[in-house]
Amino acid sequence: MVNAIEVDGIAKRFTIHHERSQTLKERILHPRSGSSEEFDALVDINFVVDQGETLGIVGHNGSGKSTLLKCICGVLQPTTGQIRLRGNLAALLELGAGFQHELSGRDNVYLYGSMLGFTHKMVDQIFDDVVAFSELEHFIDTPVKFYSSGMYVRLAFAVAVNVDPDILVVDEVLAVGDERFQAKCIDRIRHFQREGRTILLVTHQADTVRAICDRAIVLDQGHMVADGPVTDSLRIFRERLLGDVADHRPAGAGSVRIDGVSSDTGAFEVRHGAGMSIVVSFTSDRAVSGNLVLEVFTRTGLLVSRNDAQSAPVTLRPGTNRVGVAFSNVPLLDGVYDLNVGLVEPEGATVIAWSEKAASLQVLYDGRAGGVVAIDSSITQS
Amino acid sequence: MGDVPPTVRRSLAASPVRIVSARPSLRTRLINLFERRELLHSLITSDIRIKYKGSALGLFWSMLSPALTLATYYLVFSVFLKNGIPDFVVYLFAGLIVWNMFQSAVSTATGVIVDRAGLVKKVSFPREILALSNVGASVIYFVIQIAVLGVFLAIIGYAPAWGFLWLLPVSFAALYLLTASIAVVMSAVTVYLRDVRHLMDVVLQLWFWVSPVVYSYENSIAPALRARGLTALYFINPMTPIILTLQRIFYVHTTVRSTTTGLTLHILPTWSLATFALVNGALLVFAGLLFLVALVIFGRLEGNFESEL
Repeated sequence: MVNAIEVDGIAKRFTIHHERSQTLKERILHPRSGSSEEFDALVDINFVVDQGETLGIVGHNGSGKSTLLKCICGVLQPTTGQIRLRGNLAALLELGAGFQHELSGRDNVYLYGSMLGFTHKMVDQIFDDVVAFSELEHFIDTPVKFYSSGMYVRLAFAVAVNVDPDILVVDEVLAVGDERFQAKCIDRIRHFQREGRTILLVTHQADTVRAICDRAIVLDQGHMVADGPVTDSLRIFRERLLGDVADHRPAGAGSVRIDGVSSDTGAFEVRHGAGMSIVVSFTSDRAVSGNLVLEVFTRTGLLVSRNDAQSAPVTLRPGTNRVGVAFSNVPLLDGVYDLNVGLVEPEGATVIAWSEKAASLQVLYDGRAGGVVAIDSSITQS
Repeated sequence: MGDVPPTVRRSLAASPVRIVSARPSLRTRLINLFERRELLHSLITSDIRIKYKGSALGLFWSMLSPALTLATYYLVFSVFLKNGIPDFVVYLFAGLIVWNMFQSAVSTATGVIVDRAGLVKKVSFPREILALSNVGASVIYFVIQIAVLGVFLAIIGYAPAWGFLWLLPVSFAALYLLTASIAVVMSAVTVYLRDVRHLMDVVLQLWFWVSPVVYSYENSIAPALRARGLTALYFINPMTPIILTLQRIFYVHTTVRSTTTGLTLHILPTWSLATFALVNGALLVFAGLLFLVALVIFGRLEGNFESEL
């Protein structure tokens, strides 16, 4: 097997200017003004990507994944190290970055193609496919300044995937376009995989990685902390996320306080479909009763469920109280979920105590299904 | 789209290996530049297209505007402002063609990296191509202006110095390399010092007036320098020999009789063809080396574009 990409000891150091002195006057008058500090965006990254492999690069914001990708694409020069690439590369870093607003879609296809390193003749051959893929037949001779943002992105994506790259680099661009176009993009990526092309995908959406990639590496603060099968890498990725929020626990309101949430096993980790129970600790200076509210959010802020246990009010005594909550079956899919816990008055909306992100729940799931919850289905054919 | 092409399993073993590293060598830079000549071509054509977008006459303007300029000068210098030099408009336009190319390329290229920061930060290509595309657009206008001058000469029945004509491509090559060197370096310097843009406007104006475009070589400080044996000093300005060569080719005469006073006027240096060839050849070598130095300087400055843009 041939290595399509070899990343050898890459490091990137940025100089951050706190006060940019950019004009000549400022530089002459205050030669020392404005402190600057060095920032290591990437530290000693090594990996190889086989030809035909689809590699996911995951990490949260600021982990250095975009910097790494820019180095691989040649947009950035690494401070040290070397990257060796075999075959031509098309990068979907920022779709339509090279478009000239005054020019028509047609002219931009050729211009963008040549920016990606393809000749006029090669673009000629794929031009019809590009137009068909972008679904912009009627607008191809309109200046792109009149395009909607969706049309803009569709055209750029259509060029990049049709220019016949050996290596395709995709950076979070799948989040654009409507759902139908997204599906089309994913479909095209799968098509590329079948053709044995090498794909590099950068995202912080674990779902996309699980659905598409063969292997994943995890970046955290510029260091590569994992390189292996998708499920293993994603587990490490999530543990890093959990570590970040461990000390985030705001105090409750008034004299009734939520001290914390603990689980019976000590870890907020549950397998999909399994049960678990948690204990919410309150400190109260009076006797009070209310309903326990439990909210489950995804990391992207989607409310998965809210349950206010209307039928089972809780009565707190002065002092420390422990309230148990048992889940018989967690239908959630792989991912990290935030739990908000609160106590509200039985009649309605008044909040007695509230704890935002009281705990983070990690759900483990080994299947291929994507999304938030599993819906059981059986397939029959008539 | 649709079907998987017959070469389903693509072989990369035969593909060349591209290397991204901290500081590409000059040789790598030149190879990269050559490989991306299609992009240079696309950028030049799109630049020109955008310039004339929406105007009814389109690209025709690039011919019309120098023709109108030439007609204006003809009117001014042969009717209103008689300075005694016969056919002064030919002399003036020959020099202006050279200057226009240099000035328009350098002034547009100075800000090009900053202006197209979005592209520089997102798409991979040799960045100096942006500056070179501005130079390329100027080359096109240069060629058009030469053609306009040729037509003009044919109309008024003025014969250029045919024996000197072969110096035109040599002189042009030197002009191109010189312009490209300055354009490439200035485009990178502007990223770090934004003032350079405004400074460049002033510098170019000054440069224009120290070059013998609107006055004759013999009317400049050159004779005074020559009397002290310092002629070389005048040619520190590399634009001078190029301008003189085009004037020699198109204006032809080194000395003329004033149409107003009847006195003999010295217009151009009385160099032989061999001297002109030698000067141009030397300048071409110098400009070639300068271009390589410019690429090296650009390479040094390029590394930190990301954090400065």
